[in-house]
Formats: sequence, structure tokens, C-alpha cells
Amino acid sequence: MDRAKIYKNVKDINEEEFVLPGTPLCAGCGGLLALRLAYKVLGQKVVILNAAGCFTLLSTYPYTPFRSSWLYTAMACGPAGAQGIRDALDILIEKGSIPKEENLKVVVLTGDGSAYDIGLQSTSGAIHRNLDFYYICYDNEAFGNTGFQMASSSPYGSRTGTTQPSDAYPMATEQQKKDLFEIWRAHKPPYMATVSPAHPVDLSAKFKKASEYKGPKLFITLAPCPTGWGYGASRSNRIAKLAVECGIWPLKEAIEGKLKHTYIPKFKPVEEYLSLQGRYDHLFKPVRNDFTIKKIQKGIDRYWAPFLKLTSCKR
Amino acid sequence: MVREMLTGNASAAWGARLADVDYVPSFPITPQTEIIENISSWIRDREMNAKFVTMDSEHSMITAAGTAAATGARVFTATSSQGLLYGMEMLYTISGWRVPLVLVNVARAISSPITLEPDHNDILAARDSGWIQIHVENCQEALDAVLMGYKISEDERVFLPVIVNLDGFYLSFTREPVEIPDQKDVKKFLPPFNRENGYFRASKPVSRGAALLGGTGYSFFKYQMHLSACNAISVYKGVAKEFKAIFGREYDTVERYEMDDAEYVIVMSNSFATKGKAAVHIMREKGHKVGLLKLRLIRPFPADDIINELLNRKGVAIIDQNIAPGSGGILYNEVCGCLYHSKERPNILLSVIGGLGGKDISQAEFEHIIDTIKKYHNKKKVPIKPILLFTEEDMKVTNNIIDIAGI
Repeated sequence: MDRAKIYKNVKDINEEEFVLPGTPLCAGCGGLLALRLAYKVLGQKVVILNAAGCFTLLSTYPYTPFRSSWLYTAMACGPAGAQGIRDALDILIEKGSIPKEENLKVVVLTGDGSAYDIGLQSTSGAIHRNLDFYYICYDNEAFGNTGFQMASSSPYGSRTGTTQPSDAYPMATEQQKKDLFEIWRAHKPPYMATVSPAHPVDLSAKFKKASEYKGPKLFITLAPCPTGWGYGASRSNRIAKLAVECGIWPLKEAIEGKLKHTYIPKFKPVEEYLSLQGRYDHLFKPVRNDFTIKKIQKGIDRYWAPFLKLTSCKR
Repeated sequence: MVREMLTGNASAAWGARLADVDYVPSFPITPQTEIIENISSWIRDREMNAKFVTMDSEHSMITAAGTAAATGARVFTATSSQGLLYGMEMLYTISGWRVPLVLVNVARAISSPITLEPDHNDILAARDSGWIQIHVENCQEALDAVLMGYKISEDERVFLPVIVNLDGFYLSFTREPVEIPDQKDVKKFLPPFNRENGYFRASKPVSRGAALLGGTGYSFFKYQMHLSACNAISVYKGVAKEFKAIFGREYDTVERYEMDDAEYVIVMSNSFATKGKAAVHIMREKGHKVGLLKLRLIRPFPADDIINELLNRKGVAIIDQNIAPGSGGILYNEVCGCLYHSKERPNILLSVIGGLGGKDISQAEFEHIIDTIKKYHNKKKVPIKPILLFTEEDMKVTNNIIDIAGI
């Protein structure tokens, strides 16, 4: 378990590892780093319910990188699986069939394809039932495990396997990224937050804070994806940092629906973030697509404007 | 022991109650809903010590049932028709986890057209899912099959989930006198579930449902599942024997009605078997040597028992209350398959499709079926197509509704 009462700097983070090295995931996977950090707060008494996605490969028979339990369900039903385990542990402990020391934290682990789309109904149901569980969505902004196709999490202007740029679609993906955070927030769960693997102190503090609440504790972590986003594996951390500093990945939390940003970024131009990634190449080459770049920047500005007024932070 | 007038649904619910289940995830669907209404009331009135939860779909419901079973709870759930198909992916997933539980399917024909009354295209769509299937004819059998289901499912030679199938409307909403066994007798028959190893516990981490890449390992575990399902035949017989010893009622894998000297046999399953038995009774009174073989255990398929019953008969009609468009009757093909290598197999195997969407099968139709097999037998001809039961009266009714629709 983590011993830190509060997280002020990286030295407060638990040194113990719960996700061991040598997994089959891609080098530089930002989502895996976020999971590793989250585990340091969650500890070992955990069962993960995994819905189909990249992380399904973590536990590939006969290996597992985890020191704790794991169950793969199917793509649409991670939270429903969590419901069955949570309820079973509760009733078995209540009936005295198993000792309460055998209790576990139930954690759903899904990609954005499941969280934003096929698994959304199951998530909504679990939040509505006030299920006591953690939910971690590692968001790499496309169907990553199938080779990076457009999902409703894919940002406007990004290239995916099914939204290639063309004369008719110079922006590549034409839809805006679905606001899953706000969909979840409408359910008013006890705790929910966005996190980034490049902000480990913020991430750890949020998992710590979440542990004080009974009911749904929901997280979306940015998951920089070297293979899908088109950059060298060593740059994941830099890209994750830029996502926050450009304001495209706001770090925030909501307690019973009440929203608060946990970090006010420096608001670097989004171009700095976009230009490092192959999935945005078409916005810069062979000719610059100012219209789309500006539209992305405007979207970020529009998002922040009301909050900056409230916090009187100046840009 | 108490004797009460219970519907098929209430009987199934009583089975779950007596089995002392821990957990009941649910989702309403006609004609199953009465089961979960009964159970939720008992739990709310503290007559049953279990947790009840209404899920957001049958897909979620079957998932929660499976994960709770993987955590060591004794789990009961129920659905029908569209619900079973909506959760189909999870039927396969859960049997792969090798966890015991009982699901009651209250059979209802599948859309489209959307309809309410039963046939078996829903339950037979799940025939290859790795679940054991027990099909019942009456309310008593529904209650008893749930109890037997847990005993079979929790047997370590099987460790596969069980579906008990009962017909919607004909059985779900029909009241019959049902013996409700004493709880202490049930405890003797079905002791608490042994949840020693392989369940999610803080002290014993396990990884389950892991990915397995490559066909070799995949094949191994699928073969394991098949062999365990085959084990379920002898396990079923042992459980049926114990059940008879305690409760006095006997349930073999198949049920024989007027079979001893029968020359012509009707093979069928579920609640319409009652109609079939009545028809056989009337034909017997007229002097025809006919019998009925009711299929109860459909998965695993009790081929040896079926062969034993059908050898040396002159002709057999298999009535399928389902249709595989472009092929015919599902059970017909399975019965044919198991008889092929027997030299004494019946000369005539007639495929009959009837009772779709709950359409009645009349006495005249049963007699027509027997007449047809006899004709084939006497003329030494063989049937080449299934008979699709549809009378002149049925055509009149249909023409009438088409006229009203103005087509």
C-alpha cells in the first residue's frame, strides 16, 4: 500500500511495483505507465475486470504481469463484470462464507473504444447503481488494438485507419471528440477525474482522494500511443506533458458532479503538440491546413474560457 | 413438503429459492419477468438471503452472473428469447470460464416478426455455447430441474453452467399442482457450494479469462470443455438417481411414453410433449402401436439413450419446434446423426416442423404425422423434405389477417 498521506512530489510515490516488467504491450505505451502509477496507490488487493482492448494482452496465457487478480470479460461489459464480483464478495462476506480479509478492490480497465462507445451503457448502469468500484479508461483516442481506427474518442483533425485525409476530408477525422467526462459527470458519481501519466503526483493524489469515497470512482487517463499517434516511443512523456500544457488534455476532477481543474496549464499553442505526431502530419504537409489547426485551437480556447474567468487566471 | 398451485415461472423461482442462491442479477423480459418479480419480493421480505440487482441489459446480466459465479457465489438468473440472444456472446465467454450457475430460459420465438409465444429457436441458438441444457415439460419438472441443475453444474467433472428451458405461456403462466420440497431435504441433496480454489480472494490472486493466442492451446481448452460436457451425461444420471432417492421423482435424460411395443415413435421436447402424449394416448385407444420419446437433456446430447430407444422401430417422426431456414429441423439432424451407424435403425425418419411461435399442434396433425410415417414405411419410400405443419384452417386465419392488412 501507499504510505503517503498526501502527494506533494514524486518522492511521495510508492516505490513498490505491482505491474511487473516484460508485458507484450508496445514500447512507450502511456496507458501502461498510468496503470503502473495507479496500482501504486491501489495496492495489491485488487481484481481487474478488463474489457477487450490493447490491455487484454497484458494477461496472455500462461503469463501475467500482475501480482493481483485479473478477469477478461468482453468489450461491452467491464462494469457489469465488476458488478458481479463486487456483489458476490459483499454477499459472501455478509453471509460469513468468506472472511472479510479476503475482500478486494474491484477495478475496471478499458480502452476508449469500450469506454466511449460499446461499453458506455454498462458504465452508465454501474454508476446509476452506485457500484463501489474504480474505472480506469486509458484513452489513446482510437480503436488501438485493431490497428488504430476512428472511435468517438478520436479528436477532430486526427488521422486514423478509417479517417484518412483526402481532398474531400482534408481534416481527416471530421467529428469532435465525444465528451465522456461530461457524460459521466451528469450521473454525479462520488469521484471522477482525468489524469495523465506525465503528471504522476496529480494522478497519485487523485487515486488517493478517490479511495475515500464509496461508489463509482472514475478515471480517464490520456494514453499517448507511439504506434497509433506516430512518434518515437521515447517521446510519450513529452507528448503527454504537451497535451496538458496546450490545454487539450485538462486535468480535472469532479466530486459528486462539482467540477474543479487541478492544474492550470501554460497554454502553449496547440501546434506544438500536433506537430510532433504523425496522426496530424496532414495538417502541415504537403501544405499547411490553417483552417483545421485554428479550429482545434479555438476549440481549446472555448473550453477554457469560462473556467479562466472563474479562476481569474490570465492567458 | 407442501403442494401448491404454481405457474411454471413461480416453480422455477422456487427452485432458486430452495437452492439458497446468493445472487440474482436480472433484466425483465416477457414471459420470464414473473420469475424475477417473485425472487425480488422474497429477497425484499427477507424470506431469501440473497442479493438482487437489476442490470442494464441481458448482456450485462449474464456477465454479472458469470463474474459472481467466478467469485464463488451460487448464482441464479433468467431470461427469454431476444434477451438470450442479446447476451449470447457472454454465454460462450462464461462457459469458457468454467463456472457453475443456473439460468432459466423461458422460451419465446425470435423476432422478426416480433412475437410472444414459444418455440425453441432461442434456446437452440445456444446449443453450441458449452452450457448444459435441460428442457422441461411441466411446472414440477421446472422446479426440480433447477435443483438438479446446480448439482450437475457444481460437479467438478462438469463445471459448466446450466440452462433450464421452459416454454413461455404454455408453461410459464399455467398453474399446476407442484410439490415444494422441504428445505432440509434440498440441503441434503444440494449442500452449500464448495468455493475452495480459483475464486477471487485477496490471499490467492488468480488470472482468469486470459487471452490465449494460437490454435493449439485454444483447441486444448475447447476439447476440455467438450469432454466435460460429455461427462455431464453420467453426472446427470447420478444426480437423477440421488434426486429420486430423496424426492421420489425420476428424471432420465429422455422420457419414454408408451414406448414398450411402439412401432411408430414421435420424438419431441418441452411442454408440447404433453399434447403429444395425449395424442398418443388417443391413438393407442384406436389400436395404433405408437409411442413418444421426450428429449429432456439436450446438451450434452444423450445419443446412446436415444439410439437405445429408437432401434428396431418401423418409423420415427422428429417434431422440431424450431426452424433452421434452408436446412429444416435442428433436432432432426442430431437424431439422424446418432442413428446412422446402427444397422437396426428405423427405416423411416420423418422431419416435422410445427408449433412455431406457439402455434398449436392438433390431434389431427399428430395423427397425420403417424399416418405419413406409416405410408412411407409400407410403400418402402423415404421422405425427402420436412413436413411443415400448416392446416387449411391455419391458411384461412392467415388469409383473413392478410385481408385485414389490405395486402
